Amino acid sequence: MIYLQVLANGLVLGGLYACIAVGFSLVWGVLNVINILHGTFIVLGSYVAYYAYAYAGIHPFASVVIAGALLYVVGHGIQAGVINRVITAPVLITLTLTFGLDLMLNNAMLVAFTADYKKVNLANPLGSIEIGPVFLPGDRVAAMVLALLLTLLLYRLLRDSRIGRAIVAVRMDREAAALMGVDVKRINAVTFGLGALMAGAAGALLSIIYPISPLNSSMFLGKAFVVCVLGGLGSVPGAMVGGLALGIIESFGASWFGPEHAVTLSFGLLLLLLFVRPSGLLGKRGYE
Amino acid sequence: MSLLVLDNATRRFGGLNAVDGVTFSVEPGEVVGLIGPNGAGKTTMINMITGVHPATSGRIQFDGRDITRMRPHQIAKLGLARTFQIVQPFPKMSVVENVAAGALFAGGETSLKDAHAAALEHLRFTGLADVADRPAAALTLAQRKRLELAKGLAMNPRLLMLDEVNAGLNASEVDDALGMIRRIAERGVTIVLVEHLMKVVLAISKRIIVLHHGQLIAQGDPREVLRDRTVIEAYLGPKYAAAYSGGAA
Amino acid sequence: MKNWAILAAVGLAFAVLPLTGDNYLLRLATTVCMYAVLAQSWNFIGGLAGYPSFATAAFFGLGAYTSAVLQSFDVPMFTSWGAAGLVALLFAALIGGAILHLRGHYFAIASLVIAEVLREIVNTTPDLTGGGMGLNLPLMEGSSVAFEARFFFYAMLALGVLATAVAIVVHGSKLGFGLRCIQQNEDAATILGVNTYAYKTAAFSLSAVFVGIAGAVYASWVHYIEPPDVFDILLAVKPLVMVLLGGIGTIFGPPLGALLLLAFEELVWRNFLTVHAAVLGLIIVALVLFLPNGLLSLVRERLKRAGAPS
Repeated sequence: MIYLQVLANGLVLGGLYACIAVGFSLVWGVLNVINILHGTFIVLGSYVAYYAYAYAGIHPFASVVIAGALLYVVGHGIQAGVINRVITAPVLITLTLTFGLDLMLNNAMLVAFTADYKKVNLANPLGSIEIGPVFLPGDRVAAMVLALLLTLLLYRLLRDSRIGRAIVAVRMDREAAALMGVDVKRINAVTFGLGALMAGAAGALLSIIYPISPLNSSMFLGKAFVVCVLGGLGSVPGAMVGGLALGIIESFGASWFGPEHAVTLSFGLLLLLLFVRPSGLLGKRGYE
Repeated sequence: MSLLVLDNATRRFGGLNAVDGVTFSVEPGEVVGLIGPNGAGKTTMINMITGVHPATSGRIQFDGRDITRMRPHQIAKLGLARTFQIVQPFPKMSVVENVAAGALFAGGETSLKDAHAAALEHLRFTGLADVADRPAAALTLAQRKRLELAKGLAMNPRLLMLDEVNAGLNASEVDDALGMIRRIAERGVTIVLVEHLMKVVLAISKRIIVLHHGQLIAQGDPREVLRDRTVIEAYLGPKYAAAYSGGAA
Repeated sequence: MKNWAILAAVGLAFAVLPLTGDNYLLRLATTVCMYAVLAQSWNFIGGLAGYPSFATAAFFGLGAYTSAVLQSFDVPMFTSWGAAGLVALLFAALIGGAILHLRGHYFAIASLVIAEVLREIVNTTPDLTGGGMGLNLPLMEGSSVAFEARFFFYAMLALGVLATAVAIVVHGSKLGFGLRCIQQNEDAATILGVNTYAYKTAAFSLSAVFVGIAGAVYASWVHYIEPPDVFDILLAVKPLVMVLLGGIGTIFGPPLGALLLLAFEELVWRNFLTVHAAVLGLIIVALVLFLPNGLLSLVRERLKRAGAPS
């Protein structure tokens, strides 16, 4: 019976991981850019939720919209203004660029908010939910449900809207898309903005679970990496599968080996997967 | 002893046999044409022989040695060279450096200096001596094709496989290329020539092999093969084959 | 020939630095030499072969801990340094086999993650490595501050000169040529007879051995190491920045970049302590956007325009 609890924990975690990673995966798959800023974007979203709650009483779940919108603007701006200049450069260059940008943004946040861990303490927490033999913290479940909803929304956007189809086209074949009349530069900026939006939204959701500090950005980034490699790049289903898989693996890993080894476990898994099947469980051999 | 022998060689991709049970051999000193409609598997076959996409079943022998499982660089060192249909230079290096690479890593030269000198020889042979120091990316298409050829020659091959060397060239460039290929053959290099241009194939091949859907459907004397009904059917479909086949096997 | 002359000149110029008697300057110079070793080593795999490796932190930490752990078992210092280099080399050769067939992003990530895994291994084996509490290194007998300042300066300088000497040899050799072919068109290189697997592994191993020794020397220099210190991700990124700054794929670009980066860091540290990470980030961004070929390329352009007759 304990396994059911561990599994349930893993699923809840996994849903959140999927949301954390989907924006990162999209940017990587479509723009072929590893966005080191992603972790910092998530933390920024968390701060938005924190301050919105502390000063205006806005529930973090509502802040999802605010954080998302704000981060979209930030992301779109950074991409259009800076990253787009070197978008066709090799991996090395774009990764180094986003690393440098991340140093700047993270440092700015450290100065503005200090490194002290902040926590959102909800006035009316949802308490524990009981589903059969399993106990789950209500707020986390709610966060996970919202995370999944968001991810699904993104999926629908990509499938059914004009801009979504354009994004997918650029992912498949940039040149062909350009020849079909797609404004690739604009799509790049929109996609990056969307990635930032998802990160900010995820951050707002995560604000009630994890303590908030710029020092956490690399943890989120690391998770996003692993999810992408597990599930494959550039696709929402891939991020979902990867996220759920990571959540379950970490949950069982923590219960068998202890939570302090969770990080090593996930990274070890990452390495193993890279050796064996770098395109992930679902992914195609896309951008090399 | 045959120089190159394929024995029921097959290359499978997913559910498709891109090269399907092909058996043939190439004798030393021959010039063999390899033709077939688009998608017949000609380039795949070259990739299979050179180890880029190793055969999934069957055997390939070169100069008496089993090369079926060998890696591309090992096969190159044995004396089997190929050119790419879409040319593959080292864009930032100079023309002479490009060719020197071939001489150094497969052609048997032991020092950078010797490789450089050998490279210049091959450049003279292919008429590229005057652009020797320009970066490879700066060449015209015709020049790049000749650079591919020079690189292949620098490897001192016993067998040279040319994959559509004439694609994209105009008539006089094709004639030049033809002359060069003849001179290479005269030096004793065995040549397998993948070609779409029938004029080239007829002008230079002693023997042709025809591939269709990965299978070898005909081989033999060029003119006879081109009159073969199955060959015509592969290119033009059964209706025309019926109209054109004037009595050949 | 010219390259050897430059190396000799620079080496000599540095060698007389201790005469100034300024320990602080000596400490800076030691760091420059260490940075130069890291940058030069990275250049083998990142610049010549074109594989963006982030494994420098892994090799540095591995070397530091190998040496420190050996010395905790009373193995003499110099032997430990040598062992550190050897271990780093073997580790690279082994891991290389697993990750060098990956291209682009996947290779970069895999190389980055290695340091994380190593760090965690150190954290979870406290009996051997001191874990999160760190590890102390034995002091040298009869040493003084002044003596140590000079000793470690010369040690790092020697390592820097050695790394650059190897770079000069490799750049002009068949290996260097083959690596450049791999970087520009790996498929064509294979078909031409380059044993890409062996060459890449060689480059990766070269990128590890001097870094491993540098880690060992560093550990002895600072007398105390802990995981976040020697497996710091910045140790993986800074060599990249240095090489980009100085000129990727060149021989003297990496050490030049090392000098420049340290100069920047010193300036920033003194004047902008709280935002020094941001300033480093700004430098990186500016570099990538405006000077992707490094400063050496600028210098070359100037010389060409000045010297070439029209």
